[in-house]
Amino acid sequence: MAEAPFGLLAELTHRCPLQCGYCSNPLELVRRDAELSTEDWRRVFDQARALGCLQIHLSGGEPLLRPDLPELVAHANSLGCYVNLVTSGVGLSRDRLRELASLGVDHVQLSLQDATKEGNDRIAGIKAFDRKVEAAAHVLDEGLPLTVNTVLHRQNLDNIAGIIAMAEQMGAERLELANTQYYGWALRNRAVLLPTRAQLAIADPIVAAAQERLRGRMEIVYVIADYHEAHPKPCMYGWGARQLTVAPNGDVLPCPAATVISSLTIENVRDSSLHEIWHDSPSFNAFRGFEWMQDPCRSCPRKEIDFGGCRCQAFQLTGDAAATDPVCSLSPERSTVDLILETEMAPAEVPAMAMRKMR
Amino acid sequence: MTTAVALDAVPRIRRGVKCAYDQIREAHVVLFPEGVLVLNETAASVVALCDGVRSVGDIAVVLADEYDGVEPEDVAELVARMVERRVVDVDG
Ligand code: SF4
Ligand code: SF4
Repeated sequence: MAEAPFGLLAELTHRCPLQCGYCSNPLELVRRDAELSTEDWRRVFDQARALGCLQIHLSGGEPLLRPDLPELVAHANSLGCYVNLVTSGVGLSRDRLRELASLGVDHVQLSLQDATKEGNDRIAGIKAFDRKVEAAAHVLDEGLPLTVNTVLHRQNLDNIAGIIAMAEQMGAERLELANTQYYGWALRNRAVLLPTRAQLAIADPIVAAAQERLRGRMEIVYVIADYHEAHPKPCMYGWGARQLTVAPNGDVLPCPAATVISSLTIENVRDSSLHEIWHDSPSFNAFRGFEWMQDPCRSCPRKEIDFGGCRCQAFQLTGDAAATDPVCSLSPERSTVDLILETEMAPAEVPAMAMRKMR
Repeated sequence: MTTAVALDAVPRIRRGVKCAYDQIREAHVVLFPEGVLVLNETAASVVALCDGVRSVGDIAVVLADEYDGVEPEDVAELVARMVERRVVDVDG
């Protein structure tokens, strides 16, 4: 039997006031009338806890758009789970946060699109910067730990030092700097987002120096730009190993991006229990362990470290979800990635960013 | 890259870190933003004593009552690991 999961990523809604062109939600956004009810979510939390989850990440879209958020926070807290609120900060007034904190939010993760108001609001598609700064202040006033989250790409990488300074100013304990992963919206906007080698060569040492300088004060987590690397980033702690995601409509996903693998049959909490899905479903078992691997991964010592890379990326770029992640220099398909880099890092004509929106 | 922790250092559980008992795994756990740590019994006893008042040496004395052969150095090493995982802070 698979080991019990530690975390549930609860995507309460796909609705969001922001329109980031690299949004990790799928292109096909779940509409409000298809969202799970309060009762459904309570049951999902109960089942997640019984299965072993100790952390519940309340995410979206923007979770603050769910009127039942206070009730869901209280319920997650009553189960003994660590409650993490993942938010854009838009709508997080002092009163709102105070209420949520009193009901059991343990930690707030706040997105920041860029270092400056101008850059942030251009990428977010709405005026959000000032409200983020205010939200950060409320989190600090409430005595909650704050993580600032920034997705990096060609449009903001040059401002990396400013982003780090901004997170410091906001009082963050942690800063997650994650280079864009190209699925869904980000894939569509890849030619606008893919950073150049020159940008990364400047940014990487700035991040390394800041990690050193801020040690013990602000932890900086840096997720590499994998297209530019020789080896893929590890897939979580392995597929179906530590965490599960429930989408707004109740779809249960082994990873947040898993809907891109169209060959995968996805289960739903309306039809089965999380216990059944975690342990017995074909989707969760598809890439567990090492048996599913092909060469070169199968006989590669790095498989214990990177689990053959990203299944979603393998599927999107090769059409086979069990293939070696094509960013790997050992992959027979690495040339696909090199060609993308060549043509999209500095395209002759940069297309306009397709802003995220519901159809 | 574990930094050594002195015997007179005073460890304290970090803000935003919660200690709990998980009935499912039948183990003590610490919950924090970046994850979950499942503790063995000794580690759980050490973490529970990281109250911002007792030093590493004090904790070793308390634990020596409960367990045989607890050395202050063992406690220091365990605290160092917890510092690295950002579960506890030390001052002093
Ligand atoms: S399959 Fe890819 S997107 Fe999904 S968790 Fe693994 S690495 Fe991330
Ligand atoms: S061949 Fe597979 S396991 Fe080896 S480094 Fe590449 S992706 Fe990782």
